[in-house]
Amino acid sequence: MLRTLLLAASALTLLAVPAAAQNKVKIGFIATMSGPAGAIGKDMEDGFRLGIEHAGGKLGGLEPEVIIGDDQLKPEVGVQLVDKMLNRDKVDMVAGIVFSNVMMAAYKPIVDSKTFLVSTNAGPSPIAGAQCSPYYFSTSWQNDQAHEAMGKYMQDKGYKKAYLMAPNYQAGKDALEGVKRYFKGQVVGEVYTTVNQPDYSAEIAQAAASGADALYVFYPGGMGINFVKQYAQAGLKSKLPLHSAFTVDTTTLPAQGDAALGLLGTAFWTDGLDNPVNKKFVDDFVKKHNRVPSTYAAQSYDGALLINAALTQTKGNLADKDALRAAFKKADFKSVRGNFRFNTNQHPIQNFYLFEVVKRPDGKLGTGFKATVFTDHADAYAKDCPMK
Amino acid sequence: MLTNRRFVAVASFLVLLALVPLLARFVGGEAFWIKFATRVMIYAIAAVSLDLILGFGGMVSFGHAAFLGVGAYAVGILSAEGIANGFVQWPVAILASALIAAAIGAISLMTRGVYFIMITLAFSQMLYFLGVSLTAYGGDDGMRLANRSRFPGLIDLSGDVTFFYVVLAILIGALVAGHRLVNSRFGMVIQGCRSNERRMRAIGFPTFRYKLAAFVISGVMCGIAGALLANLTAFVSPSEMHWTRSGEIMVMVIMGGMGSLFGPVLGAAGLLVLEEILSSHTQHWQAILGPILVLLVLFAKRGLFGLIDGKSAEKPAGLTGHG
Amino acid sequence: MTLSLFLTQALNGVQFGVMLFLMAAGLTLVFGIMNLVNLAHGSLYMMGAYFLAALVPVTGNFFVAAVLAVAASLALGIVVELIALRTLYRRDHLDQVLCTFGLILFFNEIVRMIWGATALFVQPPPILSGFVQLLPGVIYPVYRLTIMGVGLAVAIFLYWLNGHTRLGMLIRAGASNRAMVGALGVNITLLYTLVFGLGAALAGLAGVMAGPILSVQSGMGDSILILTFVVIVIGGIGSIRGALVASILVGVVDTVGRVFLPLVLGAVFSPATSSKVGPAIASMSIYILMAAILFFRPQGLFPAHR
Repeated sequence: MLRTLLLAASALTLLAVPAAAQNKVKIGFIATMSGPAGAIGKDMEDGFRLGIEHAGGKLGGLEPEVIIGDDQLKPEVGVQLVDKMLNRDKVDMVAGIVFSNVMMAAYKPIVDSKTFLVSTNAGPSPIAGAQCSPYYFSTSWQNDQAHEAMGKYMQDKGYKKAYLMAPNYQAGKDALEGVKRYFKGQVVGEVYTTVNQPDYSAEIAQAAASGADALYVFYPGGMGINFVKQYAQAGLKSKLPLHSAFTVDTTTLPAQGDAALGLLGTAFWTDGLDNPVNKKFVDDFVKKHNRVPSTYAAQSYDGALLINAALTQTKGNLADKDALRAAFKKADFKSVRGNFRFNTNQHPIQNFYLFEVVKRPDGKLGTGFKATVFTDHADAYAKDCPMK
Repeated sequence: MLTNRRFVAVASFLVLLALVPLLARFVGGEAFWIKFATRVMIYAIAAVSLDLILGFGGMVSFGHAAFLGVGAYAVGILSAEGIANGFVQWPVAILASALIAAAIGAISLMTRGVYFIMITLAFSQMLYFLGVSLTAYGGDDGMRLANRSRFPGLIDLSGDVTFFYVVLAILIGALVAGHRLVNSRFGMVIQGCRSNERRMRAIGFPTFRYKLAAFVISGVMCGIAGALLANLTAFVSPSEMHWTRSGEIMVMVIMGGMGSLFGPVLGAAGLLVLEEILSSHTQHWQAILGPILVLLVLFAKRGLFGLIDGKSAEKPAGLTGHG
Repeated sequence: MTLSLFLTQALNGVQFGVMLFLMAAGLTLVFGIMNLVNLAHGSLYMMGAYFLAALVPVTGNFFVAAVLAVAASLALGIVVELIALRTLYRRDHLDQVLCTFGLILFFNEIVRMIWGATALFVQPPPILSGFVQLLPGVIYPVYRLTIMGVGLAVAIFLYWLNGHTRLGMLIRAGASNRAMVGALGVNITLLYTLVFGLGAALAGLAGVMAGPILSVQSGMGDSILILTFVVIVIGGIGSIRGALVASILVGVVDTVGRVFLPLVLGAVFSPATSSKVGPAIASMSIYILMAAILFFRPQGLFPAHR
């Protein structure tokens, strides 16, 4: 009797544990939520949640529990969040991460613990190259790619002399390297400005006098707002055409206003991209949040769809990591950006588009599709990644 | 200096701290709590180092995070160059922070009052921008260390619990050293400078040299905290030198009660725990933390440590006279 | 480099300096009179810009919105002074730094709660949007000339206020001996509140002027705050004249560092070296300037006598 009871009990616990584990998936979502850079984190969270909603509120049949962590843009807080999520909250996977420095700090503890990490923004080159990991997937891009696309466009357009500007930090240097990889004309000026410099009038005057026929800048966030306003106010829009990546996007456009109208940029996605998945995403996002989604939101939306696709394929099995990894690698979902597949380093091979800032029918500024610059573009670091 | 009640409080706090690895086992998320407590202790060391010159010497350094960065980068750069040996890394971290503290101190201590606050800030900003432009070592993206410092034949720091106790030992060492220092003749001179530097000079003390020595000692202690921080996260980046970081260390000192050595430990724990609790409830936690700091200044002048026993908590005099 | 480009860059340097002066004037005033280190000055600047951005769509007129925004900054300054800061005048600098640091956190977050996390939009009024040709080849945006004009007007106003009004007399007297002024029957508390309000209004004005050329967003006051402190420390804390001279000096040195240093380095070193070293030194240039000036003059260029 006792034996039967014990057996029954153990059978019950055996049944109960996997059942409890199987109907829920815990996702730690790390992003910069507070402080001045918090706008990006918010956009990523909103995009990610909308992705879950469009997946039917479930990810591969599992009830998702998203635990948001604010890294405060401090690498060490990012690492602490990782500790908390892995050890205390016991998350099944981690997603998000806005900034490269936080990613560089948080990356290793996550993949070392064999937890899947879906980066929905940061894409530093070491992780795409030599330090790549089977547990890391990116739904965004490698840092250089959008810059390469603009370099290619400027080359194709036949510009002879370019003036390049970026903030004096790693991403800025990567950006200009990316442009120069495809732009073969003369670089008449290569300027690195102080990070978060408010005023660019001196640099703009130098650029105007340099004899360049094209200007390329990389100024994300508030720097881009400052730069674009001051560029337009200096009256250069008709004289020295501005090309950029991550400088005009829908997080900055409301503040840049008409100064940005007509400017060109390159990205893997624009809100004006014509495909049914994207239409649904953009329309619902605008309806829900009354603002146009940004690339950050789009990447995170895709991140949710990717997780959903992988878990659907494994039928909600989180334990078999090899199967789950194979399912991730398939990337069997319809991305807002069109074609999407993973390279050997598990970063996307994707198109890059030229966009122009336009007024949308609803009066808001958006990024209208203009041309495809790269088709199925892979990043330059995949060759350094030992994974095959 | 230490009343009985305080001694009991300090001792029981440290004992409780020492038990964290054991207690964490029952709460769940063991590794998280251990690392969190380690981080608290590292900041406590930094805060104690600032308290030495701020609370006792009246030198309001608004650039102390610079030394955190110097210590961290000494470990990081050596590690990137393939020298993982802690017997090399840590002495270099100490030496580097001593030299830089001596240089910054020598110039800054010629000024006083707000000028001192601002010139220390300026120096830390310079080091911050230097870190950002160190492309070879990751620039602003920072760099990852392959592993924690290695002490072959002595101790293996790779385990989180071992590292926890090493940091605890260093914290206790810092407190004991600080306690003996402030009660020594040297410490008396420093405190004398705070209350009335002119008088000290008239008695015949070369106050500049004393203050500079104190500044260097404090810088070294903070540099050690930096080296530990680099080891904790196995990561180094310029954000450790950002001016808001200096502000936070200062907040810890004042929150805990300056001029009390142990107060900053409570302050570090208080601030980091508060951040942890608030940020897990709302994304707008800074809108709550801000007013808490304001209230703290307005109503709890002696800090957390002063709450333990109100009567003997002495507010260091003479800081206003500094202006 | 041509002469016209050189002149344009000189103007840029001066214009940036004037922008800093608008900030520094208020900060140094508050410091000089009340001995208060106000880190939240940058927050008041930010609030000025936010008020402008919020009021332009409501009023439909930039100038009306600007006046209202400055008035709102003044009111906010007085409220902050009444609630939090007035008890701090007799405290040490440390308490002041901590308390106003708390205010920075609060204001940076509160604007995100009220106006959202994304930056707001303000553009210069159409009448100030064009260009003028100052000299052959030197074409300059009208709005930036306006900033210079406003800065100059503020300098003249403060000079007049300080030297030729009863309020100015009380301010100067209060700065040198507050107990005496109080004993003479002047309401010191009210005087302080007024001075703080004036400082807040000046910070708000700086924010209003910056709104159309900079990004109006949370944290916009932080970076300019540090620069402003550099300015008032170089100029000598409490001295309006020092603030003016130091602002222009910092503005010009910063611009020179950014524009000419790479050229100089490029002539001496290889392009690779100069492109690495140049920006690093340029971003440190004003801090080096400050350290150097304090080394030789520990009280700044124009020490206020107290």
